[in-house]
Amino acid sequence: MKKDLIVSIKDLAFGYAERQIHRKINMNFHRGKVVAIMGGSGCGKTTILRLIGGQIKPTSGQVEVDGKIVHEQGRKGIYELRRKMGMLFQHGALFSDLSVYENVAFPIREHTDLNEAVIKDLVLMKLNAVGLRGAHNLMPTELSGGMARRVALARAVALDPDIIMYDEPFAGLDPISMGVICDLIRTLNDALGATSIIVTHDVTETFAFADYIYFIADGIVAAEGSPSDLKKSQLPFVKQFIYSEKDGPVPFHYQANEYISDLGL
Amino acid sequence: MLTFFENIGRGLRLKITRLGAATRLFFTIISYSSESFKRFNLTIREIYFTGVLSLIIIIVSAFFVGMVLGLQGYYTLQKYGSSEAIGVLVALALVRELGPVVTALLFAGRAGTAITAEIGLMKATEQLSAMEMMAVSPVARIVAPRFWAGIITMPLLASIFSMVGIIGGYVVAVPLIGVDEGAFWSQMQANVDFSYDIVNGFIKSLVFGIACTIIALFEGYDAPPTAEGVSRATTRTVVTSSLAVLGLDFVLTSFMLSV
Ligand SMILES: Nc1ncnc2c1ncn2[C@@H]1O[C@H](COP(=O)(O)OP(=O)(O)O)[C@@H](O)[C@H]1O
Ligand SMILES: [Mg+2]
Repeated sequence: MKKDLIVSIKDLAFGYAERQIHRKINMNFHRGKVVAIMGGSGCGKTTILRLIGGQIKPTSGQVEVDGKIVHEQGRKGIYELRRKMGMLFQHGALFSDLSVYENVAFPIREHTDLNEAVIKDLVLMKLNAVGLRGAHNLMPTELSGGMARRVALARAVALDPDIIMYDEPFAGLDPISMGVICDLIRTLNDALGATSIIVTHDVTETFAFADYIYFIADGIVAAEGSPSDLKKSQLPFVKQFIYSEKDGPVPFHYQANEYISDLGL
Repeated sequence: MLTFFENIGRGLRLKITRLGAATRLFFTIISYSSESFKRFNLTIREIYFTGVLSLIIIIVSAFFVGMVLGLQGYYTLQKYGSSEAIGVLVALALVRELGPVVTALLFAGRAGTAITAEIGLMKATEQLSAMEMMAVSPVARIVAPRFWAGIITMPLLASIFSMVGIIGGYVVAVPLIGVDEGAFWSQMQANVDFSYDIVNGFIKSLVFGIACTIIALFEGYDAPPTAEGVSRATTRTVVTSSLAVLGLDFVLTSFMLSV
């Protein structure tokens, strides 16, 4: 019987050189769920994904993936864990010198000894799942933003990962592509029996399809719950975010001197 | 006043830090090399990009350098009545100095910049991060093959440079000016020593190959992931490689002449 809890973050703190980003984060991700991490730009959402993937180490606290503490793994151990993960980067991050087909085939070629015929079937299957089987001959530069992200998604799930991480999957997409990606996240999650972790600040989409949502602010989890719980929340921060009010607990102005004194009056 | 010295100190410390980081990259590459040798076709691909595609500029430059050497050499040598020595002069100048040095300078401009820009852009567009997240080491997959390709390519390009340059010198000296053909080649054969001149030239180009490639790779790998960052890194590749090549050339030459 597999453990139900696949990723858990305990008392995590992290900072770059002089700037503290996370102070104390606690999160749990259960198998089969679509979980969203929300928060303003620069609050450290992408950083959490990098911590889960073991690209950076926490200052204190820990991230546990499938029962293993990520920062205690050596290179081999981390690579082993990463093979259970797929990640969709903010702008797709397709390899620009490889065709769509070769991009999706890349992880398969690197990690398996399958023969060319099997690889071809797998790649076309994955591309078919994102509706781009017909585009397999194109180069990444020939794709629109939404298509590139779908190819990247096909590549991320090429080895049937247990955990799929999405970094702002909707940013910069037209409404149609956005809907397509939304549906894909849900279908892929359920078809693979995977766990999806979605970093985003698109309220409407996220509230429509996530199972659970974490809000981060000031380096801690400011609120969490299912979408319906959060909608009822009276926390000012959550209300500001959901109803996109300009000013609130999250100020419109970046920290500054008194306006009057800056103007020299 | 203090800030002036502070700035010098800070600049110096930054340079030393970068040198240290580049050295670390060098050893990381070495430690990942066995992994990338298993997929030698990746290195072959890079040899094509850095080597074969640099051939045109190498051959054309070499031909002109050889012709100029022939002209300049002839006008000086004939004053001393030894214009048949033109073959030796051209060959030694090319094999010992101009071949390795000019090739390295051209390499930095042609292949080095391409390497820096490519790796810098791959970093800026998160391709390297994506690779890491797919449990594939970018050093093994991207950096190491380019490193070995550079090292293999540079001595080959330098020897092609020397060879074409000698042909250029020959074209000027023999058919154009009318130096005796037999004297041209026989003097060259008698006075160019394989183990001394040719091997030393080879060693130089090998060292330049390591320096230019590691500089280009490091600048790309270390570039800030922005358009401006990558363009600055590309410029730095040319400047640093050129200075490194000229400096190393002086050091190597003084060692070789003192042996
Ligand atoms: N490599 C880095 N070095 C220093 N600071 C960084 C680095 N990467 C990100 N940051 C900073 O960390 C903060 C959090 O970044 P990130 O996790 O990307 O935010 P977001 O929530 O928008 O995804 C940002 O303010 C960013 O400027
Ligand atoms: Mg981000």
